Amino acid sequence: MEDKEVRIGVYICHCGSNIAGTVDIEELGRFAQKLPSVVVAKDYVYMCSEPGQSMIKEDIKKLKLNRVVVASCSPTLHETTFRRACQEAGLNPYLFEQANIREQCSWVTEDGAMATDKAKALVSAAVRRVYYQQPLETKEVTVNPNTLVVGGGIAGIQAALEVADAHHHVYLVERTPSIGGHMSQLDKTFPTLDCSSCILTPKMTLVGSHPYIELMTYSEVEEVTGYIGNFKVKVRKKARYVDEDKCTGCGVCQTKCPYKVDSEFEAGISKRKAIYTPFPQAVPNIPVIDTKHCAYFLKGKCRACEKFCEAGAIDFQQQDEIVEVEVGSVIVTTGFNTFDPTPIYHYGYKQLDNVITSLEFERLVSASGPTGGNIVLKDGSTPKSIAILHCVGSRDENYHRYCSRVCCMYALKYSHLIKEKIGAEVYQMYIDMRCFGKGYEEFYKRLAEEEVNFIRGKVAEVTDRAITDDEKGKLVVVAEDTLMLNIVRLPMDMVILCVALEPQPDVEAVARLFNISRSADGFFLERHPKLDPIATMTDGIFVAGCCQGPKDIPDTVAQASAAAARALAMISRGKVEIEAATAEINEELCSGCRVCNNLCPFSAITFDEDKKVSRINEVLCKGCGVCVAACASSAITGKHFTTEQIVAEIEGVLV
Amino acid sequence: MSFEPKIVGLLCRWCSYAGADLAGTSRKKYAPNVRVVRVMCTGRVEPTFVLKALEKGADGVLIAGCHPGDCHYVEGNYKTLRRFLLLKKMLTQMGVEDERVRLEWVSASEGDRFATIVGEMTEQVRKLGPFPRNGGNNG
Repeated sequence: MEDKEVRIGVYICHCGSNIAGTVDIEELGRFAQKLPSVVVAKDYVYMCSEPGQSMIKEDIKKLKLNRVVVASCSPTLHETTFRRACQEAGLNPYLFEQANIREQCSWVTEDGAMATDKAKALVSAAVRRVYYQQPLETKEVTVNPNTLVVGGGIAGIQAALEVADAHHHVYLVERTPSIGGHMSQLDKTFPTLDCSSCILTPKMTLVGSHPYIELMTYSEVEEVTGYIGNFKVKVRKKARYVDEDKCTGCGVCQTKCPYKVDSEFEAGISKRKAIYTPFPQAVPNIPVIDTKHCAYFLKGKCRACEKFCEAGAIDFQQQDEIVEVEVGSVIVTTGFNTFDPTPIYHYGYKQLDNVITSLEFERLVSASGPTGGNIVLKDGSTPKSIAILHCVGSRDENYHRYCSRVCCMYALKYSHLIKEKIGAEVYQMYIDMRCFGKGYEEFYKRLAEEEVNFIRGKVAEVTDRAITDDEKGKLVVVAEDTLMLNIVRLPMDMVILCVALEPQPDVEAVARLFNISRSADGFFLERHPKLDPIATMTDGIFVAGCCQGPKDIPDTVAQASAAAARALAMISRGKVEIEAATAEINEELCSGCRVCNNLCPFSAITFDEDKKVSRINEVLCKGCGVCVAACASSAITGKHFTTEQIVAEIEGVLV
Repeated sequence: MSFEPKIVGLLCRWCSYAGADLAGTSRKKYAPNVRVVRVMCTGRVEPTFVLKALEKGADGVLIAGCHPGDCHYVEGNYKTLRRFLLLKKMLTQMGVEDERVRLEWVSASEGDRFATIVGEMTEQVRKLGPFPRNGGNNG
């Protein structure tokens, strides 16, 4: 603790009217001025702005302030900003404290008097706390220049290529046998209608052959330890039962394999073999054996693939392999799952023929799909009328309340493809048309001229119960046309359900693995919804693509590139600052009871057998404070969260 | 003048503090009676902090952290739970009403939940009246 007199400056932010509209700023200023050790209390319309920061910096120099309190927004938003301002004026950043009088005060009550009271309590707490705060030195650690990308969809592919093109090593881990993700299943992409494969497969090939990318397909991340700049990751490479070095990708095994199962890639509308590559353009072009369906694994007989493989690549003895990699940052791009509409029984999915999901239609209309791009009904005939139902599982209180953001646009794309290929009559059953991206509104306008019927109304049911002769043998789509104010019954040959984009089924486990929070919709939570939709609350872990929320391809690619830029920025600087607020043991006080040793979740505490005291490894310590609270001898100090500081703050809020 | 309870909130910075921020960002209105002290993890909360708060003028104390399994520090919240149960036993013996000291799990996305808990707790503590300090009648 410094001997010299503590001189605190208090700065109150109006945040426009966000704070000043509720809290009486003048009153708060007068209150702050009278608090012990406060030398100056000022207010300004936006403390975070350049003039606001300059005010603090000048006062630090002129008034010899050695502590600063800013009463403004949440420290999550601007703690770094103000700490930096202090540092620039020569004050240790840990001598700054922020009072949150916006998110937790002015925004949650309309009662001005009570808000002002609460603001006073929060400012008094910050002033009392800052009095005891001590300068801390931030430590710098070197950054491992390797990057891990988890998920090989378009987001992961983009992020991996961006980092690798800067000649930094990337590990790209993909759980399925091939990279490509959902984008590889799409036919054309809106609004330009360029073919998805034509723009994606060259990128996939690049990934597969890139000297700076180590591609690990059919692999999953099992464990992540370490911290920003220095993560250790265990990856399970699942046994393919095919020797990657020997396999030539000739495909004979797949033709000879006698067992067929529903193809995941074809959304279940056609079959694949028990030994398979998901699709012909797969990267890597090396098959895997699906042990759940392979006759050899089930019954111990067959081995047809082995018999016909000229390269001798089939290896039934192969085992899962655990690979350990060390990386500086992680980019999580684990994508989405499509909503299963079976629970919406009144839409008839899986009960009525020719009620299909959008992903199934995507495969049906694709030139590389099972029908070669012919839009056909289950009986092989060509539909004459098709209804496209928007918002199936999205914007629905019963399933997902959010908008899936891509369905309106791909539904429009479907109209065009249907018109172009078979000229059938198309009905768009929508709630609102949301065509907000670049060129999207123009696409909507263009489609509206292609004699597509737009009916505004959520569909009530899809049924095969005919009332009139016209309806016999048809799928009857019943809806209220909310613009015409009447009930419509449309006899259709095919119904396409535009299903919601939802979080992956194992999103919870993945969130825990990487220590990422989730938002209310279940997707990964970004650090800030506007200013930092790339970082997470865990330093060094970034997110991109649909795992953070539904988005289209341009947004996904932009976010993935941004995540790559963040990883590259860390690499280019070569070091990062890590938490200075760690725990410290006073060896004089330590009784050597070792209670803390087992409590530490990061194994940062070790026991010195000679001196019979515990020691904390500051690089491993993350400053949670669990040992501090547990130490019966009060021998452990949680720096920046000392008992003295916390108690002072508690006393402060109780003024 | 009606009694306005003072409640000290001890919130972990990763989940519950972010949840409390979210309540604000979504302009959720709730009783302004809770005053928040931010800690890195509820695992840092010493039982004495709760006693100190009650001693220094709090009518209630709310400890809030990440849901079990979601702790940023793996299992700090489990340790909090263990300590909390012991603390509650002691508080009960000291005659401190159950509603005055609460442990809740609030995630970063549960702004609504935070607002609901604070509202509920404020009303319960309001009914109980001010916390009798200095040993109540013996003071």
